[in-house]
Amino acid sequence: MAGAAAMTPVSAVGRLALSSLRQVGAVALFALRGLWAVVAGPWYLGQVLRQLVAIGFFSLPVIGLTAVFTGAALALNIYTGGGRFNAEQIMPQIVALGITRELGPVLAALMLAGRVAATMAAEIGAMRATEQIDAMKTLSTDPYGYLVAPRLVAAVIALPLLTVVADIIGVAGGWGVAVGFLDFNPTVYIRSTVDFVEPQDVGTGLLKAMAFGFIVALMGCHHGYNATGGARGVGRATTQAVVSAAILIFATDYVLTTLFTAR
Amino acid sequence: MTRPKLEWRKVGKRFGDATVLEGLNLRIEAGRSTVIIGGSGQGKSIMVKLALGLMAPDSGKVLLDGRALPGFGGRTQRRLLSRSGVLFQSAALFDSLSVWENVAFRLINADRMPREAARRRALDALSRVRLGAEVADVFPADLSGGMQKRVGLARAIAADPEILFFDEPTTGLDPITAAVINELIVDQVKRLGCTAVSITHDLASARRIGDQIAMLHGGAIVWQGAPGELDTTRHPDVRRFVDGG
Repeated sequence: MAGAAAMTPVSAVGRLALSSLRQVGAVALFALRGLWAVVAGPWYLGQVLRQLVAIGFFSLPVIGLTAVFTGAALALNIYTGGGRFNAEQIMPQIVALGITRELGPVLAALMLAGRVAATMAAEIGAMRATEQIDAMKTLSTDPYGYLVAPRLVAAVIALPLLTVVADIIGVAGGWGVAVGFLDFNPTVYIRSTVDFVEPQDVGTGLLKAMAFGFIVALMGCHHGYNATGGARGVGRATTQAVVSAAILIFATDYVLTTLFTAR
Repeated sequence: MTRPKLEWRKVGKRFGDATVLEGLNLRIEAGRSTVIIGGSGQGKSIMVKLALGLMAPDSGKVLLDGRALPGFGGRTQRRLLSRSGVLFQSAALFDSLSVWENVAFRLINADRMPREAARRRALDALSRVRLGAEVADVFPADLSGGMQKRVGLARAIAADPEILFFDEPTTGLDPITAAVINELIVDQVKRLGCTAVSITHDLASARRIGDQIAMLHGGAIVWQGAPGELDTTRHPDVRRFVDGG
């Protein structure tokens, strides 16, 4: 009995490890099947366009609002922090760098995770619960090609475009605060920003955005597609999609930042 | 002995510790309408899912025209499915598509038919289930349960399949609507000259649409006969099911 009791924590850790590995394997397999559908076709361009509108166009307001307030708050924080070293004037450059390299892509991705990954998981999960995915298979149509691939492609295209918008609006938010409340010269602020920001600052942000777009769509589709247990299962899938997408975005952000800043 | 259109040969299926099907054998002859009856949880839907390749048997095999069905995903499976039509219990219509797009789904997405031609075919299929063009552009959520079933039937027959599957076609419908669905099924199976496999626990429906009845019990087919024999057989499982005892 003592032996069995001693084994319990060990077996619990083992079970957890196995379950985690199973999950990682399932997600990897799902991603491969989705990517294969992207490459091999058949392609559903109408679905891609529909998803581009749903993911890209309809996310503009929420991403724009997030970016403008973040840019404004960032400007205030950097101004206050810079003031301790009499370095308030570097605020435009740091705001631009922070937005383009980090906050633009990450915040856009997080907003997309909340809005789009949840929608995808709920939509596909409901289709699973009501046998629509089975029906699709019996109608000689591969759900990976019809449901998953268009969402992956649309998210990978849409998020970099949304990031460009977030970058511009975020910098504009900083500009608004600087000019409106901190007595910065509007022209000098813009010139400082444009002169300082390099193409690779924006480029690395956009590469991150592509990776994040893939993660958001993958998590939304994976959790929805594998939802079980009716309405409750769909709710669970929605939560899991958002949480796992957010965690993966942060983890991937760190890995990519390490790669992009390696000398 | 002629080769059956569809055959479950020594099929077994388990879910965890629960054995649902075990050594199940059933042959469906071409052009016949076979109804599988049985209590809830006996595995009737699993039988159909195995025949459609939506899940794989743990043992035995399912054969269509003498060829074992592979698991879903391959082009072979899709080609085999292209000869089948399915009416799901819940109709399983795509809520984001209009009625005609649902009916023409296979024609547009698998057969790559131009949308105009596919719409014409969809309207024709809708008329065969006595639905007019006025429902073509509405969404499934705006239809009653009976109309959704009819749209599901139109979708199943739109591509003129060789084999039709009906999963609890009258469940949840009032007796009058159920009778209409039964008539439509009989009409369409006769018109297409196809093989039909239905699963139901609605005996009135089974008697109307089947020319052969098979009873699933304890994971296997325990009785087969003509609809009229349901009332005369002394098989205990059938008697219990028919008499409700």
